[in-house]
Amino acid sequence: MSKFTKQQQEDLQKRELDSMCVNESHLTHPWYYNIKYLVVGAVFGIVFVKAEIISWFRIQEMFRFQSFHMYGIIGSAIVVGAISIWMIRKFKVKTMYGEDIVIINKPFNKGIIYGGFMFGIGWAITGACPGPLFAQVGTGASVVLVTVLSAIAGTWVYGLMRDKLPH
Amino acid sequence: MFSFISQPWPWYVAGPLIGLTVPVLLILGNKNFGISSTLRHVCAACIPAGIDYFKYDWKKEIWNLVFVSGIIIGGFIAAHYLSNPNEIVINDNLKAELAGYGMQDLSNALVPADVVNWENLFTLQGILMIIVGGFFVGFGTRYAGGCTSGHSIMGISALNWPSLVATIFFMAGGFFAANLLLPFILSL
Repeated sequence: MSKFTKQQQEDLQKRELDSMCVNESHLTHPWYYNIKYLVVGAVFGIVFVKAEIISWFRIQEMFRFQSFHMYGIIGSAIVVGAISIWMIRKFKVKTMYGEDIVIINKPFNKGIIYGGFMFGIGWAITGACPGPLFAQVGTGASVVLVTVLSAIAGTWVYGLMRDKLPH
Repeated sequence: MFSFISQPWPWYVAGPLIGLTVPVLLILGNKNFGISSTLRHVCAACIPAGIDYFKYDWKKEIWNLVFVSGIIIGGFIAAHYLSNPNEIVINDNLKAELAGYGMQDLSNALVPADVVNWENLFTLQGILMIIVGGFFVGFGTRYAGGCTSGHSIMGISALNWPSLVATIFFMAGGFFAANLLLPFILSL
């Protein structure tokens, strides 16, 4: 962390607010290094569609205990993810560029309860969490673009009201 | 081989592949798996409106936006080149329940074509399903600090206990909405 300037650290702290997926890298790379994430995303999107994870019907089955499918997917993903992170921590695995892999656990706040419950409602109604929304748009369900825009609006309103909400 | 690929994939193939995304992103560039933050980066990039929460260097998180662009492309590829020609097979009880609301169109396996369509968008039902539902996803995920990928998969995998709490409340909200709110919305 010491390698960062004060301004960079402040920027990182702000990006880290309410976020699981911010992890700072000391490296700066040209833009095309990001193409690898496009490929991982595409594979991920294909799995989403092919395993019907982005199906509104599968989500309804899940929330009515009518099918094991989604529980099996989330459960086995967690098992594989947990074993992977355990191994990364245990063997101090580095990134392909030789950086240390750091996974910082995030503290609890009340927003996890209120926001979590709200998101659950949105998840059951739209049949999609954020990743599947993007995949549904890719499959050609153009009206889902409205759902995506609405989700962006929801995030924006959260940013606007953030200081007034209980955390 | 192709017929295997074009069938819906079982959970024990898809789940581990999704789980592998966690180490792949870490090893490729120290990235924590998460998707809902992209919604915030879009706000920061396009409509920051002077709100402090959106005043940060979003370009540092561009990988996340590239990642979801990949998801859109993956969705396109799967739907156009690997698609299953058959109707989605759903639980008989769900099928009967949906038929009770007049929803019998299972031609689109991913979105319920009877209610999620452009014609329905400006009815009360469409507004609740498409606009309000999306708003809850965007507001709720940021308020909770993550979604299914960030909390339920990345967070629980990292043994981050607040992520387990988040997941329990995601599920609670889902049970509530699916069993108590949706029957009302779908019968509108």
